[in-house]
Amino acid sequence: MRIRHHPILDFSAREPLPFTFNKKIIAGEEGDTIASALHAAGIKELTISQTYHTPRGFFCGIGKCSSCLMRVNGVPNVRTCIAPLQKNIIVERQHEFAALPTAPFTGRGKRTITTDVLVVGAGPAGLCAALQAASHGANVLLVDENPRLGGQLIKQTHKFFGSLQERAGTRGIDIATELEADIKKYEQTGKLTLMAESTVIGAYEAAEGYRFGLVKRINYQTQLYDIHCGAAILACGAMENMLLFPGNDLPGVYGAGAVQTLMNVYGVKPGENVLMVGAGNVGLIVSYQLLQAGIAVDRVVEAAPVIGGYHVHAAKLRRCGVPIYTSHSIQEVYGESSVEGAVVVQLDSHWKPIPGTEEDVACDTVCLAVGLTPSTRLLSQIGVPLEYISEAGGFVALHDDTMQTGKSRIYVAGDASGIEEASTAMIEGKIAGCAAAKALGYPVKPETLALFKEEVAKLRAGPFGEKPRQAKAKIEAKAREQHA
Amino acid sequence: MPEYTRTGVLTRHDLLQMPTDKQLEKGVAFIECVQEIPCNPCVDACPVHAISMKDINAPPCVDFDRCTSCTKCVGVCPGLAIFVIKVKEDKAWITLPYEFLPVPAVGTCVDALDREGNSRGPGKVTRVVKAKKTMLVTIEVNRSLAMDVRHLRVQA
Ligand SMILES: Cc1cc2nc3c(=O)[nH]c(=O)nc-3n(C[C@H](O)[C@H](O)[C@H](O)COP(=O)(O)OP(=O)(O)OC[C@H]3O[C@@H](n4cnc5c(N)ncnc54)[C@H](O)[C@@H]3O)c2cc1C
Ligand code: SF4
Ligand code: SF4
Ligand code: FES
Repeated sequence: MRIRHHPILDFSAREPLPFTFNKKIIAGEEGDTIASALHAAGIKELTISQTYHTPRGFFCGIGKCSSCLMRVNGVPNVRTCIAPLQKNIIVERQHEFAALPTAPFTGRGKRTITTDVLVVGAGPAGLCAALQAASHGANVLLVDENPRLGGQLIKQTHKFFGSLQERAGTRGIDIATELEADIKKYEQTGKLTLMAESTVIGAYEAAEGYRFGLVKRINYQTQLYDIHCGAAILACGAMENMLLFPGNDLPGVYGAGAVQTLMNVYGVKPGENVLMVGAGNVGLIVSYQLLQAGIAVDRVVEAAPVIGGYHVHAAKLRRCGVPIYTSHSIQEVYGESSVEGAVVVQLDSHWKPIPGTEEDVACDTVCLAVGLTPSTRLLSQIGVPLEYISEAGGFVALHDDTMQTGKSRIYVAGDASGIEEASTAMIEGKIAGCAAAKALGYPVKPETLALFKEEVAKLRAGPFGEKPRQAKAKIEAKAREQHA
Repeated sequence: MPEYTRTGVLTRHDLLQMPTDKQLEKGVAFIECVQEIPCNPCVDACPVHAISMKDINAPPCVDFDRCTSCTKCVGVCPGLAIFVIKVKEDKAWITLPYEFLPVPAVGTCVDALDREGNSRGPGKVTRVVKAKKTMLVTIEVNRSLAMDVRHLRVQA
């Protein structure tokens, strides 16, 4: 299941890392996560549903859904999709309730870090926010729960749209590398501290400013940190949406973004024959990238009567011979312990299945590219006002045009503030970074903020920018109402 | 709603500009990017400023007379939507962006595919250039296919 030859990425064999799964030795490779190494060995079943006692595989691949929890070296509930593989570890499936840990607890007391600005999430939004805040003189702590910096950028092998300032024409993976190099520069000056494999778990009572709990993972165990900061920027990204249909929990039904992570970050094939559900940009791009990795895409089904993504992405796929069926949806997925096939069906003008139009699709993988929901759990725990804005993808924190939420010095940026694009996420991050530095008394030229606001408005000016434009207008209007 | 928003396939009347025979003989960049999307690297890529746009969301427009068919824009476009087309007598040469393995070798025969991925007969590879990780492959086909062939498949 390994991809060795790829037109864009280099997946030549890496250092072998043998480990044990259910008493068998499995050959992983340097750079794998536990889940990617298992998948490469053909093991898709990671857990068992506690309610239905049926096999479960991973779904999100980026640490957001907890469908990949396993026991590692005696430590239960390890999110194997983001846990880097180590040599000779022992991995086991958990049954029913996880057994009490047999591994020793770290036993280390909490550690304290004090900083000006805490940035949660090192995707395009968080990276740009951290860079801007640091470049204006603030001390910054940048945190991400994934082992690698870059958020969704690290799996995006395609060249980006947008303008030259936002690095259009450059591949997402290369943008991540460029931003990472800038971050390293600030790290050397001591202005910026980076913590990977670290999850911000919540806000806590503080005498002054804000206080957050952070859990850093070290060898599958954890270390607690107590973070004190003057301002926080929450750039936590988004979660992929699930669809309701029988069999949606079978291993082999994956989020399209998860499949993109598995094949483009870890070089592992999700399967050999894929049914893609959803013809937005994500569905179209991931389908094309599956073909690039040497994996067949049977078809793309889209419930809407038109293709939602850019025509140029659809055209790339069509000329490779992949059909796109609009007004079609998935009805069910079947299989014993993983996906063996799916049934698709045509929809009428009221989005209702037309009986007799069911068609069987032979596939071992079903990818869901049916939208994203902003990650707002931390924001809601902090208590900033949230509102359901359908154009933004769900509940979002109300915020003003400097990205400040209903709580002073708590900012939001990127997909967490409404689903959009990496290009706009980067500019929102820059705005939040500047605004946070300014709020803490560091000098920021008013032109700088004005320029970023102008850039983001330009990107949203066309017909494809209509949804985010409406979303942001509603969010800012409601924020003003709340304020008044 | 135009039909291509349902099919993902452009027809001739969706295409915003059509070069004359004379311009095709000289060789031109032919852009199949018809929607208003926020994107403009093609404009910046062209050394002779042959591509223009009213604003970043407007579809690009090529000055066919100015275009020198240098193929720079082909490798830059994130939509892989630019092709350079040149014709002479009964032959056409199509330069297209290619991001798959194996890379076809010059002199070999490939399947020339249309916008729906259907084979329209053989194409002869006449040139392969690397533009970072996107390959620019030129194939020679029958002139009648100049406006139909947009992809290739390496024969097994
Ligand atoms: C297939 C696909 C194709 C795309 N193509 C394009 C394109 O061509 N052009 C474009 O502009 N955009 C594109 N996008 C969209 C773009 O990738 C996203 O909009 C962008 O990544 C959002 O950036 P972000 O920083 O808000 O979130 P993310 O990139 O998702 O980053 C969020 C980060 O926060 C971390 N995090 C979350 N919660 C916590 C916590 N509690 N503690 C610590 N860390 C946490 C996560 O680990 C993650 O790394 C595409 C997206 C997909 C899926
Ligand atoms: S082929 Fe060269 S000259 Fe013609 S539009 Fe493209 S970049 Fe400009
Ligand atoms: S670079 Fe390509 S996708 Fe972008 S506007 Fe130009 S032709 Fe269209
Ligand atoms: S948390 Fe691991 S698959 Fe979602």
